[in-house]
Amino acid sequence: MASLATDAAPGAAAEEGPGVRTVRTGWVAAGLGVALLVALTASVCLGSTQVPLADVWSAVRRGLSGSAPAPGTRDLIVWQLRVPRALLAAVVGAGLGLVGTAVQALVRNPLADPYLLGISSGASLGAVAAIVLGAGAGGLLGLGLSSAAFAGALASFALVWTVARRGGGFSPLRLVLAGVGIGQFLSGFTHYLVLQAGDEQQTHGALFWMMGSLGGAQWSTLALPTAAVLLALAVLVARARALNAMLMGDETAASLGVDVGRLRRELFVVTSLLTGVLVAVSGAIGFVGLMVPHACRMVVGGDHRRLLPVAALFGALLLVVVDVMARTALADQELPVGVVTALIGAPTLLYLLDRRLERT
Amino acid sequence: MRTAIEDLDVALSGRTVVSGVRIMAEEGEIAGLVGPNGSGKSTVLRTVYRHLRPHAGRVLVGGADIRALTAVQSARQVAALPQERGTDFELSVREVVAMGRTPYKRAFAGEDPTDGDAVAAALDQVGMAGAGRRRFSALSGGERQRVLLARALAQDPKVLVLDEPTNHLDVRHQVELLALLRRHRRTTLLAIHDLNAAASVCDRLHVLHGGKVVASGTPREVLTAGLLAEVFGVRAAVVDHPLTGDPLIAFDHRAPVFPVSGR
Repeated sequence: MASLATDAAPGAAAEEGPGVRTVRTGWVAAGLGVALLVALTASVCLGSTQVPLADVWSAVRRGLSGSAPAPGTRDLIVWQLRVPRALLAAVVGAGLGLVGTAVQALVRNPLADPYLLGISSGASLGAVAAIVLGAGAGGLLGLGLSSAAFAGALASFALVWTVARRGGGFSPLRLVLAGVGIGQFLSGFTHYLVLQAGDEQQTHGALFWMMGSLGGAQWSTLALPTAAVLLALAVLVARARALNAMLMGDETAASLGVDVGRLRRELFVVTSLLTGVLVAVSGAIGFVGLMVPHACRMVVGGDHRRLLPVAALFGALLLVVVDVMARTALADQELPVGVVTALIGAPTLLYLLDRRLERT
Repeated sequence: MRTAIEDLDVALSGRTVVSGVRIMAEEGEIAGLVGPNGSGKSTVLRTVYRHLRPHAGRVLVGGADIRALTAVQSARQVAALPQERGTDFELSVREVVAMGRTPYKRAFAGEDPTDGDAVAAALDQVGMAGAGRRRFSALSGGERQRVLLARALAQDPKVLVLDEPTNHLDVRHQVELLALLRRHRRTTLLAIHDLNAAASVCDRLHVLHGGKVVASGTPREVLTAGLLAEVFGVRAAVVDHPLTGDPLIAFDHRAPVFPVSGR
């Protein structure tokens, strides 16, 4: 029977997918994979200096073989600047797609976003405190910064959680409102810290980074976010069925054998860990976590077994493309990538709000 | 499978809302829980599908205490249709029904033919066989309830727990859903407001009032004018249904309501 089977695994092709869509997840994933490779290549070619495709491949081949790039050549730009930056965009984008998907399931609201829960505001405060008070500009992307951002994310999570749970009850709406309120409070602190910092250079760096930037990409900064994204993907996909059950409500999930309380705690730890690590390397890049799951759901549906891998791939693609736009939009200057995502994302949010209001 | 609730006490935020409740459904029986709002029907059912933990007492399914089982094991015994009514997320009908297979699946496991058969059979039983690809959130209220019932059936449970499944449905969809329950009969605990529907569908009724069971028995034994006055505070005559012979409660909508005892 055609409607029976389909495995979640991306790449598993052919049988008819169960759902309202006609597009098969395997093809979607394959298409996104190819598009991502093309976008990564374009990202390395394009910029203040154009690099021909042939030079890109030869530089990547030499880089992969481990030979040192000759100084003064394009190899240096390609291998030391552009390639790590393109890869960081992909990793951060994938992570934002995953965090957004997880948070939306957690609060059972397709318009939620990690930023709404105040987790990224906490991460930003932790990171900015580390920049302004402690480490100088040189330590901008070190492990210390990640730890500070993670600590900030966890602390804000704990605060939001406590406020939302007061009185014993728990509702997704209460959680989101607590997140917004506490997020604003923490952002106020962050701005205060930045303005207090005397060093203009440092202030400028902190501001740029607060708007969300991939400018600090180096090979050495890639490992931690990559590991965090892969770990989060594995943890979330392992819980995909439980996430599906959560969409129907706590009672339904409990009746399906899901330990709802434990799943919630796990999701909070995973989302704050991933948010902390991502904010530490790229600052607060907004709206990707909102747009990506929404767009993917329209194509492959709401089943997390398919949604999570596709959201990671699409998030990666989106942020690589947005980064190219941020670097090439102005002739003499680079835009923070978060500025571009906000310019695309905010109207998208308004459109989604409008559509939802019409539907209900 | 024979299901018994024994001496159940439940406290919420330190307040006892259910105490000493004994409720029983024999194998294949539909046992109804009736009572005024706030009488504890939903609370009792929530302990059966493990959303709430009893303060004292136990729930036995086939003689085994469900609290001695893991959450997954008990989800293979007991399936529920809580009062939650769905989702804004883009789930298809088939995906919603396939959630019923959750307690049978390991992490990362794909769907196997057993799952596919269970989902197809469940959709067929509720008369939604052709609707698998439709969007759940776009269904009518009656269709949604049938799909959610199919999700519970796909769980292949020994016991079904249904909390007000006909709420907010029009008469036709109420009749349709309850007829489904009778047709695909299995041990069922059913909380229901409509006393006439309860009298027709249930083999046994338990009347809850102020968190206690005040009457148990067949609908004919339980639904008397005296009980309706005492528990529900209404004046009514109990007659025979002209078509089915079931007890039919004719409420007197002109009489003033009586004060009720308890709570």
